[in-house]
Order: sequence, then C-alpha cells, then structure tokens
Amino acid sequence: MKIKILAFGIAKDIFGTPSVNLELTNDATVYNLKYLLEQRYPRLKQLASYMVAVNNEYALPGDNLHERDEIAIIPPVSGG
Amino acid sequence: MTLTTNIQIFSSPLNIQSSIDWIMSPESGGIDVFIGTVRNATKGKRVIRLEFEAYEPMAIAEMEKIAKQAFEKWPVQKILIHHRTGILEVGEVPVLIAVSAAHRAAAFDACRFIIDTLKQTVPIWKKEIFEDGEVWVAAHP
Repeated sequence: MKIKILAFGIAKDIFGTPSVNLELTNDATVYNLKYLLEQRYPRLKQLASYMVAVNNEYALPGDNLHERDEIAIIPPVSGG
Repeated sequence: MTLTTNIQIFSSPLNIQSSIDWIMSPESGGIDVFIGTVRNATKGKRVIRLEFEAYEPMAIAEMEKIAKQAFEKWPVQKILIHHRTGILEVGEVPVLIAVSAAHRAAAFDACRFIIDTLKQTVPIWKKEIFEDGEVWVAAHP
C-alpha cells in the first residue's frame, strides 16, 4: 500500500519537504514505518526522540497502518 | 448553552482582553491567566525572533484532551487555551491560558497543569532564530 506521511518541525527539514509517499506492505506497523524512514533519512536517528501520529493520535510501535490513515512524524514538541 | 472551553490556534496576535472577557462569569470567584511571552535570550544567547509551527488538527485535539483532564481533576468552570503560529518578535505572546473557578486554588492548579502538559504533548514546534543561525528547540539531545 502507498501511504503519505506528513512532517513537521525538524522532520520537515530532514525530509526536505512537508510530506513524503512510501510504499509499505499491507500489514505494516508504526515500527516498520520508523525503520524504513530511518534507512532513508538517517538524521532521524539523531533526534532526541520522535513519535508517529495516526489520525491525530499518538501511535504505539505495534499499531497497524492503513492506506487512508493520516500519518505524521512528530519530533520533540516545543510549544508554549 | 454556554461553552466551557475555548481552544484555538491563531496566525495573528492573541487578544488578551477578549480572552479575559470570555472567561469572566458571575459564578467565578477567581481567574488565573498564564501569558507566555517571547524572551530575548536563551542560555545567554540573544534571540532575534521565534517561529512556531503547529500540526493544527492534532494540536487542537491534544489541547482538548488536556482541558478534559483539567475538568476531571479540579472544580474549574471555564478553560481557554490560545496558541500562536508564525513569526513572533521578542515580547509577543505565543500562548495564553485562562481558567476560571469558584475558588482560586483550583484555577491556579489547573492553569499550571495545562501549560506544563501542553509543553509536553501538544504538537507545536518552536524555532529560535539567533544572529548567527537557527535551531528547532528540543529536537536534539
């Protein structure tokens, strides 16, 4: 399945674009996505941490992804 | 019906007086207001300006969760959380929180909980611009 990933803050700088498209297997999890992204963008591994959000909720590594999910990379937040 | 929460993200300056007007009510005995402002230095280094970026739908959802938790923890009446995006100069206001309650202790406690939790969970990012460069705050260890 093809999924679109939104990037914010420093993740947007690392990707060089506000969103990227990735091809994933249909049973892919958040963990699989992070692994693939870190292969393609090694600078992600230098961040203090980062989370993945699925449909506006923080997701866990074992959560499954679906084709029409809204997926976002959430680097350490710093609002306020 | 009277709304008890007012949670918004703005790309234009926050209006402090209209926020206080919204939170006032005859039932309230105390209102706590937290105003975050852009400071002119970080660790001794001069800050020129800040840039804020938000993942807006999720940021609104997370702020609504925080307000819900505050209502569960303390007997508060109304909660307002306004956050800015875009470029902010020194002295401008990136965040405004107001809480009303019958008695002051709940308003103080809830207000502090809201700003502390917002800084940990709400997907908003701050870039500090210095004279010689810029950095996304908290991105690196």
